[in-house]
Amino acid sequence: MSKKAIGSRVFMLVTALLLLGGRAAWASVNSAPQAMHIMEGFLPPLWAAIWFAVALPFWAIGFRQIGRLVREKPESRLLLGLVGAFAFVLSALKIPSVTGSSSHPTGVGLGAIIFGPFMMSVVGAIVLLFQALLLAHGGLTTLGANTVSMAIVGPLVAYGIWRGLRGRLSEGWVVFLAAALADLTTYVVTSVQLALAYPDPASGFMGAFAKFAAIFAVTQIPLAISEGILTVLIFRALRNTAPVEMRALGLEGA
Amino acid sequence: MSAKSANAWVTVALIAIVILLAVAPLFLHRDSEFGGADGEAETAITEIAPDYEPWFSPLWEPPGGETESLLFALQAALGAGFIGYFFGLKRGQRQTAK
Repeated sequence: MSKKAIGSRVFMLVTALLLLGGRAAWASVNSAPQAMHIMEGFLPPLWAAIWFAVALPFWAIGFRQIGRLVREKPESRLLLGLVGAFAFVLSALKIPSVTGSSSHPTGVGLGAIIFGPFMMSVVGAIVLLFQALLLAHGGLTTLGANTVSMAIVGPLVAYGIWRGLRGRLSEGWVVFLAAALADLTTYVVTSVQLALAYPDPASGFMGAFAKFAAIFAVTQIPLAISEGILTVLIFRALRNTAPVEMRALGLEGA
Repeated sequence: MSAKSANAWVTVALIAIVILLAVAPLFLHRDSEFGGADGEAETAITEIAPDYEPWFSPLWEPPGGETESLLFALQAALGAGFIGYFFGLKRGQRQTAK
């Protein structure tokens, strides 16, 4: 069986399981919090500061990389705007999920593949800042933590999968996996951050993590698949429409 | 089937899957409102840490659902507008170059 055929069978199986599993999970996750980002004021000051400290070096390197990119490859500016616009659109779409609640994709996988995780930490933070200031979604005090989950660890995962699997699977599948797993990882990290700040009095960090992760995971899996597919669609469009810009960034076609 | 029309079919199929994934839940849970309120996340935290007081509140909050949906629509429209501009521009540039 070809790589492609195995891939599509796995995919169909996963989709079918989700549609069935979602129904069962509904009972257990009835009142699931699906806030993508940690809300304003909901991380104790110490943890808020720690996550800012983690995010700062990424921002610093990301800003320098963007500066260099704009100087050396000014033709990539528009493409950088595009990956930002993609994250902007996707994080505005709150999509119903199998658990009976809604959540939104992150849209950072595309930019991580094209520009790497550091520049994406800046782009993602801009999206988060917009939502924190204008929509009271996420927050300023939690901007560091939300940047780490959505704009640093997610893109790192996407970039790692892209670099590691590229050439071994068809490009479409690599892009799909990179974007989908970046989306899922964002939620895992959010759960870790919440569990670190709110360890369960009885079962500690692991207990709290299991609680938060169980809430987020099922809701997010179908959304991660959607995000993966949407990223594949736009990546294919870029291959067709902007091959010169892609080549300039070292993204030659397979 | 030519490579080009095969590609087009893949695109249509991928879009169909995304729509299915978003629409199917609406029929699986007819009794749900598909809430995405951030307030619900507070519940899980207050279960674990009942005495936690948020120490900072948003500088500004949309006064209600209508204004919030305005801003979300604006966010999506700005992003989609830029994406449309990008692909239109690149397509035009390629046609001119030919």
